[in-house]
Amino acid sequence: MSTTEHVMSKFLNNPDDIVPESLAGLEAAHRDLVTVDAENQVVLRAGGPVEGKVALVSGGGSGHEPLHGGFVGLGMLDAACAGAVFTSPVPDQMLAGSKAADGGAGVLHIVKNYTGDVLNFKMAADMLDDDGVQVETVLVNDDVAVEDSLYTAGRRGTGATVLLEKIAGARAEQRASLQEVAAVAQRVNDGSRSFGVALSSCTPPSAGSPIFQISQGEIELGVGIHGEPGRRRGQLGSAAEVASQMATPILDDLGLESGSRVLAFVNGLGGTPAIELYVLYGELSKLLADRGIEVGRSLVGSYITSLEMAGASFTLLELDSELEALWDAPVHTPALRWGV
Amino acid sequence: MNAQTITRWMEESASAIGENRDYLTQLDAAIGDADHGANMDRGFSAVVSSLDGLGDQPPGRVLIAAGRTLISNVGGASGPLWGSALRGAGKRLGDDPEFGPEDLADALDAALAAVVELGAAEEGDKTMVDALAPAARAYRAGLGDGGAGSALDTAAAAAEEGMRATTPMLARKGRASYLGERSIGHQDPGATSAAIILAALDRAVRAEG
Repeated sequence: MSTTEHVMSKFLNNPDDIVPESLAGLEAAHRDLVTVDAENQVVLRAGGPVEGKVALVSGGGSGHEPLHGGFVGLGMLDAACAGAVFTSPVPDQMLAGSKAADGGAGVLHIVKNYTGDVLNFKMAADMLDDDGVQVETVLVNDDVAVEDSLYTAGRRGTGATVLLEKIAGARAEQRASLQEVAAVAQRVNDGSRSFGVALSSCTPPSAGSPIFQISQGEIELGVGIHGEPGRRRGQLGSAAEVASQMATPILDDLGLESGSRVLAFVNGLGGTPAIELYVLYGELSKLLADRGIEVGRSLVGSYITSLEMAGASFTLLELDSELEALWDAPVHTPALRWGV
Repeated sequence: MNAQTITRWMEESASAIGENRDYLTQLDAAIGDADHGANMDRGFSAVVSSLDGLGDQPPGRVLIAAGRTLISNVGGASGPLWGSALRGAGKRLGDDPEFGPEDLADALDAALAAVVELGAAEEGDKTMVDALAPAARAYRAGLGDGGAGSALDTAAAAAEEGMRATTPMLARKGRASYLGERSIGHQDPGATSAAIILAALDRAVRAEG
């Protein structure tokens, strides 16, 4: 069977409607937390804007759920703009989301470092500036699998996005200024590194067939979150070996010394069950212990995904007491909730 | 050439992009994320739908409106890049009701400049610039030998040649750059849609008869 004849086994009415229908479902399930501006495909915090609070606005292509719409609510985002699957939203959406979320204290745009996201958010920020809305932008670029050089688009934004949205959101709830919220967001990005691997591809509804082919027993090393192939392909080893392949480049890049404290985040890419994620987490915690690195906080689950891709990513964030307290602060969103 | 020429160019582009939607998606699946065909198709379909509402606007204004429609409908990198290209070309044409072959050369240069400025890409980076830049050069050079029609034949051929030349290149911009060496051996989808759009311009001007 050729790929063009591939029949998609997905819960769909019409592939073209997957994003608006999913947003409508999110709203129906969490009316106490979010409202959806259906025309602009923007998820807004219920009861917003919050007067006097810096508004956090993020967004990106769909297909990474629960990111970003699932993180709208108390202690995290004020607005999330949903693009088509794996396609950045358009400036009109960020304009609408930012204006709806602005409580008079300015807007922080949280942008994953992909060319499309960067260009569309930049155009929106320029338009908001014309309209007198204060905007700061933080770029997330935590993926160590991508060489950071003048000759690439730079490192991708992946798992650190979740940590950054949580921590900057908590800082904004303290009524910190736009500059202070942007500063802590930048600190989270600078102290985070991630690495992802995949055991399968994924099928974007508009494409109808998997983005790449991979055989049983093979692993793509250094994947992002858009189903794109990774930097190289290898033979799938044991969970302990894979954990080491993922953790080593992160640890090398962060340059963590014995005695450091980290937040360890093991993320599923959509098609890997929690039982396997916890196997990976166990291996990661052993690797960290061997190096004398203390795990201050942890998060395990599928929070930034690539449709139904089987795979996982590790993110490590070096902690200090401020970041730890902000991580622990109350959060109440569709996908992340504690302390309330 | 006048606003009708631009309208015809947009219609020709939309139908050619529509016909090549799956092809562009396949090219993008190899080194990107398989959305280029769907995005460009959605954008140019929206442009065509918006043309009726433009009334008797001058050609420059039609291009600016088309660019704005692409920015509002495409997303990804292609939306801002093609949107800025058309707006740049439209601003260069200004409010004159007609434009000549030399004006078109300036408009193509302005489109290229807008893309280069926003995307910070150079020739050889395996992007749409690899089709646009040689086409703009070939058109201006071709004007010396004949009219806009024959110069556009040369430009469309140069765009296609530039598109093919992206295959052995290492991607340095956009999502394909994440693949590093693995981006080599694949034709760039952005250069491909650029060549399609320039061929559509050639047909639109040729249709003036």
